Amino acid sequence: MFSKKNLKLLTDPINKNNPITVQVLGICSALAVTVKLEPAVVMSLSVIFVMAMSNVVISLLRNTIPKRIRIIVQLVVVAALVIIVDQFLKAFVFDVSKQLSVFVGLIITNCIIMGRLEAFALSNSPKRAFLDGIGNGLGYGAILIIVAFFRELFGSGTIWDIQVVPEKFYQLGYANNGLMILPPMALIVVGVIIWVQRSRNRELIEE
Amino acid sequence: MKFLRKRVDKIKPHFEEGGRFYFLHSVFDGFETFLFVPDHVTKKGAHIRDAIDMKRTMIIVVLALMPALLFGIYNTGLQHFIATGQPQEFWPMISYGIIKVIPLIAVTYIVGLGIEFAFAQVRKHEISEGFLVTGILIPLIVPADIPLWMLAIATAFAVIIGKEVFGGSGMNILNPALTARAFLFFAYPSWMSGDKIWVSGMMSGEGIIDGYSGATLLAQSATGASNFINGFGEKVSHLEMFIGTIPGSVGETSIIAILLGALILLVAGLGSWRIMFSTLAGGIVMGLLLNVFAVNSAMEIAWFEQLMLGGFAFGMVFMATDPVTGAQTNKGKYIYGFLIGFLAILIRVLNPAYPEGMMLAILLMNVFAPLIDHLVVQQNIKKRLKRSVSSVKS
Repeated sequence: MFSKKNLKLLTDPINKNNPITVQVLGICSALAVTVKLEPAVVMSLSVIFVMAMSNVVISLLRNTIPKRIRIIVQLVVVAALVIIVDQFLKAFVFDVSKQLSVFVGLIITNCIIMGRLEAFALSNSPKRAFLDGIGNGLGYGAILIIVAFFRELFGSGTIWDIQVVPEKFYQLGYANNGLMILPPMALIVVGVIIWVQRSRNRELIEE
Repeated sequence: MKFLRKRVDKIKPHFEEGGRFYFLHSVFDGFETFLFVPDHVTKKGAHIRDAIDMKRTMIIVVLALMPALLFGIYNTGLQHFIATGQPQEFWPMISYGIIKVIPLIAVTYIVGLGIEFAFAQVRKHEISEGFLVTGILIPLIVPADIPLWMLAIATAFAVIIGKEVFGGSGMNILNPALTARAFLFFAYPSWMSGDKIWVSGMMSGEGIIDGYSGATLLAQSATGASNFINGFGEKVSHLEMFIGTIPGSVGETSIIAILLGALILLVAGLGSWRIMFSTLAGGIVMGLLLNVFAVNSAMEIAWFEQLMLGGFAFGMVFMATDPVTGAQTNKGKYIYGFLIGFLAILIRVLNPAYPEGMMLAILLMNVFAPLIDHLVVQQNIKKRLKRSVSSVKS
């Protein structure tokens, strides 16, 4: 299961081939759910689940799906999984589910999922597709969590809704950065992550 | 002078490649060219001999900003002394203003130049002079009481995200000074808007006369006041608005000082009269349009009052004319400037949540400037192509 080649499927999307910072996919949800850490983590877990499961299902069906209707089949599979996730969240973490609102439903349209189904699951074994799904989900989640961490820390002074910036700072004149809560800052934070990543790994810089 | 030159020449080898302080070479280069006219010449391409270079350009813009700065220092003191009911003597007011404003300038320069130096070092290019102007623009467009750490963060944001990620001075899409202001406006709204921040000392509330209101005229226009009043509720005359003895950002209040700056820019040929003229035209047109369709009190403000409110004049003279972020083609400049003036008044009046429409209008048009230029150039190409085709035919 964890040969070097398979391990690469898992680790590549986290750094070198990250769906957000390298392929620049799935940006919309990265902007929307990263104001606080908690929804970002829940969103990441949901995407990891949907991605891995849909990759496995499509990979199992890959020889039976007629080429012409494959997108529809993929959508049905993803939609079914997303509904499961949505119902699960509503049942067990209702508050977070309310915060995430439509963005759980919109996982269906997440470009990363469709991209991996098309590019990977349709031509690989279920085992490899599963690892690829987990890897890409983790890559997506990692960026989401980094962005959410900074946005929550500087925007609200909290982490996971626990106050971390001491009250003393506020008395001394510190103020939360309101721009961090607005969507543009998510884009800028993602941009800074891309910048840092590319200056560390020069192979990623395009000509 | 000769002595200095000798000293500089003596330590120069240390900063050249292989020297002990090579890692500081761009800092050295910056200071050397600051002291002496550089002797490097263009090696290839077109040679244009002209006495003006970046340093001279920038220093003239800084000079043009001096009237606004000096008046800002005076006005900071004046507003504080009025609000606290102290006797308005000239020198105490000036010294109060200096104590308030000079730290703003110092913090901006230290943070901004520090980052510029660091980037020049890492990217191995010369330190560009662009920040000389940005560093004095930023203090002029913030309230005098802004906390210095906020100013430092905003400056860092503007220099890094607004400028260096695009490749440094000359490559930036957005005006760095306005980027800093926009950052402050959205990040710390309670320190950039409201009726307490614009008069120095009101935020801490010491010694302020009871019931004194520090609302700017712009804020009054947004909340639908029928005429402009000062802190005591007396009517503000047009002359006061023109001279600038009203609350506001440090350098934006005095139309006279700004016009003086505009004169310097125009005489030196550094600011584009096309942009200034068309911005003014855009503002007048929108002001008149709103007056015609006036349905609320904000729309009833006379067009010439709109031009004197808030940062319109300052933005028109010093921000819209930024040669890097503005339109480059002559026809493009008219369109660019007109839309700035037009949108500034529009945003200001129709969206009271953002009374400072000038900042947003300029930033928006900064983004569109390359598009405007592209269209103008394409149109010209098409026109000339047509002409050449028709001449071939005949």
